[in-house]
Amino acid sequence: MKELLKRLDAGFLISRQDVRRNNLAFVTLAKNVAVQAVSYLRDYEGYRHLVIISAVDYIEQNIFQLTYLLHNYETHTDIGLRVELDRDNPTMDSIHHLWAAAQVYQRELHEMFGIDFPGSPRLHEPMILEGWDNMPPMRKDFDTEKYSRETYFPREGRHTLVTKEVIEKEVNPIETEVKYEIKRIVRDNRNHRH
Amino acid sequence: MRSSESFATTEIIDTKSPQQQMAQRILSSWDPFWAEEKKFDLKSGKYLKVWQGPQHPGVTGNMALELTLEGDVVVDCKTHVGYLHRGFEKLMERRKYMQCFPIVCRICVPEPDYNEYLFATAVEELAHIEIPEKAAWLRALVLEMIRIAFLTMGLGGQAGAFGLVPIGQWSVAHRDFVLDLFEELTGGRVYHMYILPGGVRQDMPEGFAGRVEAVLKKLEKLISDIERVMFNNSVFKSRAKGLGVIPKEWIEPFGISGSNARAVGFNNDVRKINPYLIYDALDFDVILGSASDAYERVLLRKEEILLSINLIRQILAKMPKTGPVRRKLPNPLNWRIPAGETYVRAESGRGEMGYYVVSDGSEYPRRVNVRGASYTHAMALLQHLAVGVSVADVAGLMVSIQTCPPEIER
Repeated sequence: MKELLKRLDAGFLISRQDVRRNNLAFVTLAKNVAVQAVSYLRDYEGYRHLVIISAVDYIEQNIFQLTYLLHNYETHTDIGLRVELDRDNPTMDSIHHLWAAAQVYQRELHEMFGIDFPGSPRLHEPMILEGWDNMPPMRKDFDTEKYSRETYFPREGRHTLVTKEVIEKEVNPIETEVKYEIKRIVRDNRNHRH
Repeated sequence: MRSSESFATTEIIDTKSPQQQMAQRILSSWDPFWAEEKKFDLKSGKYLKVWQGPQHPGVTGNMALELTLEGDVVVDCKTHVGYLHRGFEKLMERRKYMQCFPIVCRICVPEPDYNEYLFATAVEELAHIEIPEKAAWLRALVLEMIRIAFLTMGLGGQAGAFGLVPIGQWSVAHRDFVLDLFEELTGGRVYHMYILPGGVRQDMPEGFAGRVEAVLKKLEKLISDIERVMFNNSVFKSRAKGLGVIPKEWIEPFGISGSNARAVGFNNDVRKINPYLIYDALDFDVILGSASDAYERVLLRKEEILLSINLIRQILAKMPKTGPVRRKLPNPLNWRIPAGETYVRAESGRGEMGYYVVSDGSEYPRRVNVRGASYTHAMALLQHLAVGVSVADVAGLMVSIQTCPPEIER
């Protein structure tokens, strides 16, 4: 794994790397060399199995992190290539010509995150969300609660459960009462002293 | 790293940079035939469009196939999913780690424990938690039991797709015996929520091993019955042999895993090549096929049920009798997982199943992405495999590659 990371760094310049286990490492590469690095790993290093393409929304830094996870059947090691995309204009080169499975992942990422992969087949057909007209739902700024409040009729017995309140009201009602009573007594005593 | 020799072979010292090497050598020979778009003139009267699904055709779940037919033969197939989407991955981003467990098990209905195990392992890996030894054995026991339940029901579904309905009823009844065991062990029949970070919820009850053995005996009898009624049935043989042959060259570009790949003779059993839990302490051989048609795949799954029965017996014999089954965790309502990301995998009944979990150091997961095994099987592979198949055999083909829509949509 160490030698592989060294070779990757020599060819494609790794900006950040995390070695999770002795058979799993994540590296961050620049956007313009990522597809080259993926095909290099496939054709010369034996990473022949595309496990997953995934995206993570880092809304605070205004980026999408795209992860290509590849597996090597000979050495049984995995490597994750991370690419950072601009969140305002998320576009990435497609790798549908390298793996048949890739076009399915890219269709899902386009639908769920709104990341564009120009040239990927059937990219603009709806896959899971037929007739969806809102923002891509896996983005962090999509508010599920607000959406369901606006879209569906209100129903009897539907309320938000805040863990602390539920525990206080339903699990430990007596203890809660005692706790607040003690707090009240302490507060009253303090007020008396002044 | 399992074998240091095999890694050393890839370590060719080359003074040239990767880009220079790439320019000199020829790239891979995979021809991207999957990217072609086919067009059919429906108005010519030569073709007919038929939808199979999204009603539940047996045990495959709600998924629609858009078939274009020329006579009886499929010339084009498109998979449509989205009838089961419940947005689990999004829901988990708003829940604390412990609150995710009732959700993850619902990602695959017939095999919920793999989801629990993988999510728990990913969390343990990020939080650097070691589980007690007995918990690892109990986890392996639960995983093999649910694998048997799933594969048995799958056999019945396969038989039903070819018109052998009684076998479906036998196998669902025998799955129920396994679910009875789960009810005793975990309190739940279909969804168990038994595996948690730090171990499992509780130890086996008294005398449980004996009752497992009784069910295993029943299952062995069922398999020998199915062997006679199904695998020697001439109708089943003539329909399933030669149906949906997966070429060996398709395994890597399509990302085929599990028994679909092993039917070609490609050993990718995660339990053997990347052993997790206690699988390196068990003695078993991976079952490989060669013909790669629907019949071979079903035959292989029948053998895998027998293998799992064997594994359960080994686990029950070798499991430590006493010891803790659970590590104490910090307060789960205020449990911050260190920032990081990981990917864990296991061999489910359909193939490689994996969880990609990203934590940002808060109480909530940043992102959980599930790699269901049937994701590429049902979406990318089936669309090419169904071409040239008679419309009557499409249901049997679909079951034979083990599609599971809930894990496609999550």
